[in-house]
Amino acid sequence: MSSHAATHGGHQESGNGHGGGFTPVERRFPWLHVVGYVLSLLLTVLAFLAVLHHWLSGNPLVTVIMVLAVLQIVVQLFFFMHFTEGHGPKYHILALGFALFFTVAFVGGSIWIMSFGDTQAY
Amino acid sequence: MAVTKEDAWGVQARSQTTGSTHDENELRVAGFWVFLATDMILFACLFATYIVLRGNTDGGPGPRQLFDVTGFTEETFILLTSSFTCGLATHVMHEGRRRALVLWLSVTALLGLLFVGLEVSEFVRDVSVSATISRSGFLSGFFTLVGTHGCHVSLGILWMGSILFQVMRQGITPAIARKLTIVGLYWHFLDVVWVFLFTVVYLMGVM
Repeated sequence: MSSHAATHGGHQESGNGHGGGFTPVERRFPWLHVVGYVLSLLLTVLAFLAVLHHWLSGNPLVTVIMVLAVLQIVVQLFFFMHFTEGHGPKYHILALGFALFFTVAFVGGSIWIMSFGDTQAY
Repeated sequence: MAVTKEDAWGVQARSQTTGSTHDENELRVAGFWVFLATDMILFACLFATYIVLRGNTDGGPGPRQLFDVTGFTEETFILLTSSFTCGLATHVMHEGRRRALVLWLSVTALLGLLFVGLEVSEFVRDVSVSATISRSGFLSGFFTLVGTHGCHVSLGILWMGSILFQVMRQGITPAIARKLTIVGLYWHFLDVVWVFLFTVVYLMGVM
């Protein structure tokens, strides 16, 4: 810990001066980030190999790489974006939930409704 | 008795006595999550458009002819690595290590530049074989979706550059810590969007 850690007194975190009002935490190896990075690389490599070496084909393959992509989001959210570490109201979870609902509605709905137009030319 | 704890976003905050600052920081970061939610809806629309149009090549080049596996592999690993170095920047910021912060932030921005450079050269190559945005429905969807992501990354680089400048001038202040937390969220979000671009556009394109 650096000497800045001792400056607890300030009531205003006004943001002026070098490190004034900012309290550094103790140094530690960024295990969380390293694990997250390794996991994200692993998921990407798996998706690549599955496609380039034709482990599966058609819909099963699409499902597998989509699942890998979703896992990749989970890794980013939990290892890098500290999604669950909140203390206050969880507005961000609500916002993301809404966005997820709209995403599924737009993308799923578009795919579904356009699946009826096979015989027509667009 | 100043009890310190890390709040949701890892920004150092004080308990009770200086609660207002904590709340304000938390509110600003929560507000940024709302922006990310709307940005996600923007990308959802573009993804829906691309998926609907991707078969409509009008006799022009399709995904299989255009997409270069080496190219998009490089772009993917560069962006994943930049997401990691951005995380490291936030980590060393919490430890008050200014030099390390400048280093990791610069590395992140440079990787971002490399990514945008590769993407621009990909677009130039596409256009040189007359696969332009107006050639077919597939290409309109492709350029709009991938281009919008590229614009986001470019904006992120400028944003990081300005924060880098502030860190070098003022050191690590609570205001800068908050800005860095927010730009970090933005960057990780763009990485998530790219994972889907790479899966839905590129991998399914060469499948």
